[in-house]
Amino acid sequence: MDITLTVNGNALQFDGEEDMPLLWYLRDIEGLTGTKFGCGAGLCGACTVHLDGSAVRACQISLKDAVGHKITTIEGLSPQGKHALQIAWQHANVPQCGYCQPGQIMQAASLLKDTPHPSDAQIDEAMSGNICRCGTYTRIRAAIKEAANMGASL
Amino acid sequence: MIHDRNATPSIENISRRSALLGLGTASFVLALRLPADADESNGAKKEVDGTKKYAGDAMPNGIRNDPRLFLALAPDGTVTFICIRSDMGQGVRTGFRMIVADELEADLNRIKVVQAQGDEPKYGNQDTDGSRSTRHHFYAVRQVGASMRLMLEEAAAQKWGVSVSEVEAVNHEILHRPSNRKLGFGDVAEAASAMPVPTPEQLNLKDPSKFRYIGHDDQQLADGFNIVTGKAGYGIDTRLDGLLYAVILRAPVYGGTIKTFDATETMKVPGVLKVVTVDPTPIPSEFMPLAGVGVIATNTWAAIKGREKLQVTWDDGANGTYASDTYKTELQALARKPGLVVRNVGDVDGTLPKAARKVEAEYYIPHLAQAPMEPPAAAARIVDGHCEIWACVQSPQATRDRVVKRLGLKNEDVTVNVTLLGGGFGRKSKPDFAVEAALMSKAMDGKPVKVTWTREDDLTHSYFHTVSVEHLEAGLDASGKTVAYLHRTVAPTIFSIFKPDQTHEAPFELGMGAVNVPWNVPNLRVENPGVAAHTRIGWFRSVSNIPHSFAIQSFIAELAAAAGRDPKDYLIEMIGPDRLIDPITQGDSWNHGEDPKLYPYDTGRLRRVVERVASEAGWGRKPIEGRGLGIACVHAFVSYTAAVVDVAVDKSGQLTIPRVDIGIDCGPVVNPERVRAQLEGAVIQGVSLATLGEISFKNGRTEQSNFDGYEVTRIDAAPREIHVHIMDLGSKDYSRPLGGVGEPGVPPVAPALTNAIFAATGKRIRNLPIRDQLAG
Repeated sequence: MDITLTVNGNALQFDGEEDMPLLWYLRDIEGLTGTKFGCGAGLCGACTVHLDGSAVRACQISLKDAVGHKITTIEGLSPQGKHALQIAWQHANVPQCGYCQPGQIMQAASLLKDTPHPSDAQIDEAMSGNICRCGTYTRIRAAIKEAANMGASL
Repeated sequence: MIHDRNATPSIENISRRSALLGLGTASFVLALRLPADADESNGAKKEVDGTKKYAGDAMPNGIRNDPRLFLALAPDGTVTFICIRSDMGQGVRTGFRMIVADELEADLNRIKVVQAQGDEPKYGNQDTDGSRSTRHHFYAVRQVGASMRLMLEEAAAQKWGVSVSEVEAVNHEILHRPSNRKLGFGDVAEAASAMPVPTPEQLNLKDPSKFRYIGHDDQQLADGFNIVTGKAGYGIDTRLDGLLYAVILRAPVYGGTIKTFDATETMKVPGVLKVVTVDPTPIPSEFMPLAGVGVIATNTWAAIKGREKLQVTWDDGANGTYASDTYKTELQALARKPGLVVRNVGDVDGTLPKAARKVEAEYYIPHLAQAPMEPPAAAARIVDGHCEIWACVQSPQATRDRVVKRLGLKNEDVTVNVTLLGGGFGRKSKPDFAVEAALMSKAMDGKPVKVTWTREDDLTHSYFHTVSVEHLEAGLDASGKTVAYLHRTVAPTIFSIFKPDQTHEAPFELGMGAVNVPWNVPNLRVENPGVAAHTRIGWFRSVSNIPHSFAIQSFIAELAAAAGRDPKDYLIEMIGPDRLIDPITQGDSWNHGEDPKLYPYDTGRLRRVVERVASEAGWGRKPIEGRGLGIACVHAFVSYTAAVVDVAVDKSGQLTIPRVDIGIDCGPVVNPERVRAQLEGAVIQGVSLATLGEISFKNGRTEQSNFDGYEVTRIDAAPREIHVHIMDLGSKDYSRPLGGVGEPGVPPVAPALTNAIFAATGKRIRNLPIRDQLAG
C-alpha cells in the first residue's frame, strides 16, 4: 500500500509493506545506510534515528507507526556534518571502527536537546542502550561534554 | 515507488577509482608504469640459503615495497595511497597514511587513502590479524614513500639540469635552494613516473628527528568525517544496481545437515524471490559455509520474514549432544590428570610434594563470541563468469581463494573489494559469509545479492573463542618463594577447524602465554591434555592469551596471598632479574612469527611496564573500604602490557570500576593517539568478557542469540577513567623492532580486575564471567 513518510525533510512515497521496520526501509529502499543494523531487537542502538526529534530504534518502528512523524537520520542531522556532536566526535577521535557511532551521535543529540548540560549519570543513563564493541565509551562521555560546552542544538 | 538514490557509500576502493577517475589515464601518471614482472620484483624472498624467514617475509606472499603498487600522483598533486590492510577500527588507514606522508615528505591532507582489492600475488600479504599490520609494514611503507620522494627529486633535478643532491622534497614541493626555485609534486608527476624505481639501498630514509607525522599525537582519523556523517561504507552497506537481499538459515549444530525442508509459506511472503539450499561443507569446515537454506528477496526484511516461515528439520550429526556444563566437567577431569608435556624445567614432581606450602587453583573461561557491531555481511555478483565480492573481511585473499574453490573459478575470475569493517576482533578473518554471497548470486544467475547475518546468526554461528580449564599448582618454600610450578591448560584448538582429530593446542596457542612464562622458578612444567572440539573455534582478539593470562595472573596473585606478600612485589619477583630469554628455551617455537634474536623475551621490559602502571595507579595507597587495586601483566604479540584496575564493590556486591591504568611497551610508536584508543578499547573488551561474556551450548546449540543473552559492557558499566601509559613515548629510536598493539591490551584486564576484587572483598573469582558472583 502507498505510504508517505517524511525523512530528513523530504516527503517520500513507498508502495510496500506497512509493517516493514523503518530500519530496513531507510537502508534497503532509501539507501540511507548511515542508520546501522546491529541486533534487530532494540538492544544495541546502532539504528537510532529521531522521530520528531526524539531518539528511537528504527528496528522497532514500523512504517505505519512512522507515518505523520518527522524522521531524521544521521544523514539529516547536519548536512555538512557541523552538528556540535559531530565536531566534538571528530575532535576527540571518538570512533574506532565507527559502525555504532551514527547511532551514538543520534542518541546523544536527543539527550542534549532535552538536557543541554548532562551529568555523568545522565550521560550513562541516556547512552546505555547504545553498544560499542570497540570500547569508545570514555571518549563518548568526553565528546558529549565537549559538545554540551559548545552549545549543541538541533 | 522505489527510489534509487544510487547511494553506494562504500569506501573508495581501487575498482571504484578506476571507474570514477580513470586509472590508466594521465591523471594517475605515476601509477602507470608498473612493469609486467612487478609481481616478482619485491615479492616474498625465496628461501635460497635455507635460513628461516620471519616477520612479513614469512607470511604468505610476503611483503612488497614497490611504490608503483601503492602510490599514484595526479597532476594536481593529489597523492593516492593504496592501503592493503583492512581497517576494523585499529586505524591502519590513518597510520599508514602518516608513515607514507612522512617519507614522501607530502602534505598528509593531500593523500587520499584507497582500499586495495584482495590480490596477494600483486600486493603481498594482506591478512589483517595478529597485531601485525604496522609491525610488519612500517619499513615497507616508509620505503614506498621514500622511493617516490627520490623519483620526484630526480625528475625535478633533471628538469632544472642540476644535481639531485641539490634538490629536496619539502611538504609537497621540490625545492632547489641554490636558485630558489620550486616545483609542486604534481608538476613533476609525469616526469617522475619515467624515473627508475630506486633500490632499497639507494633510499635515504628520513632521520626520525625530522618526522612530521610519525610519533606525533592528535592526528585526525582518515575516515573520521565519513563516520560521523553516516557516509562511511561497511560491507553491510554495499549498494549495487538491482541488488537483492538474502538471509540464510544455517544448521544449528556444527556439522549438521538438512533432513527436510518446506518453503511453501516462505514463498508466500511478499518480496521473497527464491529459496536455495547451501550444501554443507564436510567438517572440519575451515572457512567454508555451513549447511543452510537461503532466502533471497527484494529487501532484507522480506528475506528475514521469509526465513521465519521456513520449515526445516535437521540432522544434527555428531555434535548434537555438545553441552557446556558436561564439557566443563570433562575439561576439569582432563586438567586433573597428567597430559602432554609441552615445557619442562627441573623436577616439579620431586619438589612439589616437599614444598612448605602447596597452592592449587583451577580457572574456567567460557566460549566467547566476537560480536562485532557490524555482523558478517557480503555482496556478490557474477558477470560473464567473473565473480565480484564486496565484503568486510580481514583476509581478502583468503576470501578470494575460498570463492575460487567453491565456485570452481580461477583466481583471476574473482575480485574481492574490501569495505570498512564494523569491528572484526577475529570473526572477519573467516570469510564463510562472502562465499555464501557468491553462492546466492550464482543461484540468481549472477544477479547481485547481499547476504546479511542477523545478530542471531552471528551469535549462534560464530567461530567461537575457545573454552578452557586452566589448572595450576605451585609449591612455596618456607620464605614464601615459589619453587615449583605446574600448569595444565585444556582447551579445544583453532586447528580443529582445519584438520580432523586435532585435540592439542597449536604452537601459536601455547605460545600465547602458556609455555612462554618468564617465571624465575627452578622447577616448572606445562602440560596440555588434549580435548576434541564440538563447534567452530576461532580467533578472538588476543586469542589464547585470554584464558592463559586470566589463570596465570590470577594464580600469581593467589601465590602472593599465600605467601603474605604484596601482589605487585611478588609478580616482579616471579619475573625475576632482567634478562633476555630465547623463546625457544621456553618451549615457544613460534614467537609470533618473529626472529627470536630481534624479539627475545625481555623480562626487563615486562618489569618496567609493571612498575610504571603500578606507580601511575598509586599502588600501595592507603586502603579504602570496599575498594581494591589489582595488577596483571602479559608479554603478547611481541609487546609488553600491564594493567592496574581499581574496583569498588558495595555491600550488595555491585561492582564499579573507577579507574584503569594500562601500560604498553610496543617499541617505537607510529600513531600514539590510536595506540591509546586501542588500549582504551582493549580495557572495555577485557572488562566485558570478564564481567559478562559467555556463550554456552546445550544440545549442540548456543543458548544465547542476541545482546539480551550475550551481554556486553555498556557505557554505564565502563570504567570512569582509563589512563594509557605508553613506554618510551617520544623516543626517536625507530631502529628498535615494533611490537603489536591491537591485541596485547586485552589479556591483563580480566585478571587485574579479579585481583582487584580479591583485594577489595577477599573473594577470589576463578570462573568467568563474574556476573552475579559478588552478590550476597
